[in-house]
Amino acid sequence: MFEYAEAAVEAALAAGARYADARVMDRRHESMSARNGEVEGLTQEASTGLGVRALIGSGWGFFSTADLTTDAARAAGAQASAIARASASVPGADLELTPVEARQDSWANAVDEDPLSVPLSEKGDLLVSATRTMREAGADVANASYNIWETTKWLVSSEGHRIDQHIVECGAAMDATANGEAETQRRSYPGIRGQFGTRGWELVRELDLPGNAPRIGEEARALLSAPECPSRDATDLIIGSEQMALQIHESVGHAVELDRILGWEAAFAGTSWLDLTQLGSLRFGSDLMNVTADATLPGALGSFGYDDEGTPAHPVDIVRDGIWVGVLSGRDSAALAGLAESGGAVRGDGYNRLPMVRMTNVGLLPGASSLDEMIAATDDGLLVDTNRSWSIDDKRLNFQFGCEIGWEIKGGKRGRMVRNPTYTGIGPRFWASLDMLGNESEWTFWGTPNCGKGQPGQIGHTGHPSVPCRFHGVRIGVRG
Amino acid sequence: MSATDLLEVCERVLARVGNEAEAEVTVTAGTESLTRFATSFIHQNVTDDARQVHLRVALDGRVAEATANQADDDSLARLVKSTVDAARLQPVDPGWPGLAPPAEPQAVDHWDEPTSHADPSERAARVGAFVAAAGGLETAGFCSTAGTHTAFANSAGQRASGRATVAMLDGIARTGAADGSARAASADVDDLDGATVGAEATRRARDADGAADIDPGRYEVVLSPSCVVNVLTFLALYGFNGRAVEEGRSFARLGEPQFDPVITIADDVTHPEAIGIGFDAEGTPKGRVELVRGGVTTGLVHDRRTAKANGATSTGNAVAGAGAFGALPANLVLEPGTTGADALVDGVERGLLVTDFWYTRILDPRTMVVTGLTRNGVWLVEGGRISRPVTNMRFTQSYLEALAPGAVSGVGSDLTLVSGTTFDFGAYVVPSLHLASWNFTGGAQG
Repeated sequence: MFEYAEAAVEAALAAGARYADARVMDRRHESMSARNGEVEGLTQEASTGLGVRALIGSGWGFFSTADLTTDAARAAGAQASAIARASASVPGADLELTPVEARQDSWANAVDEDPLSVPLSEKGDLLVSATRTMREAGADVANASYNIWETTKWLVSSEGHRIDQHIVECGAAMDATANGEAETQRRSYPGIRGQFGTRGWELVRELDLPGNAPRIGEEARALLSAPECPSRDATDLIIGSEQMALQIHESVGHAVELDRILGWEAAFAGTSWLDLTQLGSLRFGSDLMNVTADATLPGALGSFGYDDEGTPAHPVDIVRDGIWVGVLSGRDSAALAGLAESGGAVRGDGYNRLPMVRMTNVGLLPGASSLDEMIAATDDGLLVDTNRSWSIDDKRLNFQFGCEIGWEIKGGKRGRMVRNPTYTGIGPRFWASLDMLGNESEWTFWGTPNCGKGQPGQIGHTGHPSVPCRFHGVRIGVRG
Repeated sequence: MSATDLLEVCERVLARVGNEAEAEVTVTAGTESLTRFATSFIHQNVTDDARQVHLRVALDGRVAEATANQADDDSLARLVKSTVDAARLQPVDPGWPGLAPPAEPQAVDHWDEPTSHADPSERAARVGAFVAAAGGLETAGFCSTAGTHTAFANSAGQRASGRATVAMLDGIARTGAADGSARAASADVDDLDGATVGAEATRRARDADGAADIDPGRYEVVLSPSCVVNVLTFLALYGFNGRAVEEGRSFARLGEPQFDPVITIADDVTHPEAIGIGFDAEGTPKGRVELVRGGVTTGLVHDRRTAKANGATSTGNAVAGAGAFGALPANLVLEPGTTGADALVDGVERGLLVTDFWYTRILDPRTMVVTGLTRNGVWLVEGGRISRPVTNMRFTQSYLEALAPGAVSGVGSDLTLVSGTTFDFGAYVVPSLHLASWNFTGGAQG
């Protein structure tokens, strides 16, 4: 496949590009879903194609085609340059690229059990069993699904990159819904988006969907008769690691994307409350807060060998001891921001999407407390977990998140279950109130397989190492 | 590829499946281009020469589907074999509704030939005009053009083909303290006037500059068409969707006056402002599906599966890729009133004029409580006059209650096509709305 990418790059340069790169990508996706004890859908997708990116002046041109021939690749390269030239009619300052070693390499993630080789019948039986059990345990509607992606990509750049990667990702999800007179309640496992990683079917086996199905079904039913989450302007709030993954994703991950900070996403995804002049000095959160973006974490969903610009995966400090110290970047955005190197965070969703800044594995480093210790240390508070709704402003500052389930905490003990828990806050104030941080035994690499960004829309796979956390003085119980 | 070419691919796939299984094939091909600008220059500019072949087969109720993007004989043979092999391993699906019978699709042709092959310079020219109209304010946004042909064939004898173009210009102007937005959409790129859209965004940005906080609470609101599309999208996803009704998650109660009497909503791809083709992902012809008439809930949307489960017939609202989510209306039309958008503001005693909603998410589908924020311009209206800009607010509001009987104070006459603003789904034709109450639960600073 390298030959097509090379042909595209050569043609882009011949048509006037000062830099070009091309990716041939072959992706297979398999998904099955079951509802109420019956398999309801099996989808298999295969896509192969080439996308080529050309830089002229201040703008990129990108063209993609499903035709994998040398002629089609050359035509795609020429088209990319023609598009870049049109971009230059509404120009900015010339874009530069931070330097990166032009490597020739291969990379693949470790897989114990090839998920596409597991018999469909076995996979179907798993989903049927889990949904049937949730129904028996009290759910009116029970869903379960798995997703598998197998991606092979070949990158060539005009600077000499020649890298192929083989990435297998998979995971599963299930949920139970109980309908009451006036509202519905839902429980999900392992989280609202399931759990996904750069791993094989062994990940799905470890989740033990059938073993957790009774509890999920029972909790969905029990929530209908649970008291409403109290409304308070300030309380001690303990957040479980699944909801913390969402908290990190929305209020830290997106906020530190350099393209947003530079205004490149201003009209759609939005900007960021962060100002580059404060990089290295701004207090983002309490001293307990340490966040990294690390694409080298084995098995995490945001892991890879090289990003789609050929930058090797490497850990990047984002927040250190509560101070904002890093961003998610690519070669062009890093150069514009005056950074020495790319953060290696540029990926495209398939051959037909322009690579852009995406989260890798953005997560908290663990601290010293267990969840039990947090509860024991809380006299009057609330414990919440499993995301149910999420909304945050276009600067990634003002958020309101809802969870599927909560429990009152009284006198250091977990009390009654409560329904419809919500909490709201302003990013840096909220993170400054972090006063207890889960330890390494609680550290979970949550995977988010559906992060939307860009125009045309792209779906990103991101990872979020997370632990339970306690925050002080949080507003809870916002209602409609 | 022409419609004939695409139908020929469909026939080749059906021939390979033979009599072994029920089968349906959809082939789409076309060009989708998008020119994106930020900090007042074009920074991303893409074209995708797209093609897709989708096959669904059922062997005695054992169902599997697959998608590929190669159409040569070997690839099609692999697609058929892998799909049929997978179906063999599946359990019988008791909800399998069978294939759509032969029926003539709606004779719609929302197509403009020049738009289908608009080149990058045409999009760049509109972007350039938008930027110039901003008079030095920073700008960001996009201009897109797309032309897609779709062909459908199934082994029950249904054949259909269609084509659609869509062009959009959507952007903001920024003063540094405030953003203002404007947008336009049409099947014809010539309808997009970069200078006009840019000037409107700029006016809003300047008018929104100097915004100050206002106390959260309940306010009257005048919602612009993009906000109204947001409201309708949630009603569609979680309410009028046949799957939601089947599962008991929907608010919809047929025959009950759940909305204000001035509300009439239909899904109608035949509307002259609409975008799209005349049949759905299962080959069922789309028609005009009335969902609300004079405030009374009168209809739901169905694909073949939800129709079977509800004892109804498909309304032609199967959506590719929606899967278990159910049936969705892609062409909602909210019947306009006779009051101009400005005159709606005249009728506000004390309330807020809102340009856009942002990051809206549902808290409970039955009550339709949604949280989100305002964006790109909010103004306080007092005594029918805009008194000052205010900062963005968070709301937590039941969309159903917002449109309930007695809750709608006015419907605008400014019928507007809005595409791609909420979950990038559908192209809805709606006017502005004046609502009696909207629950703002937090200010910009929490």
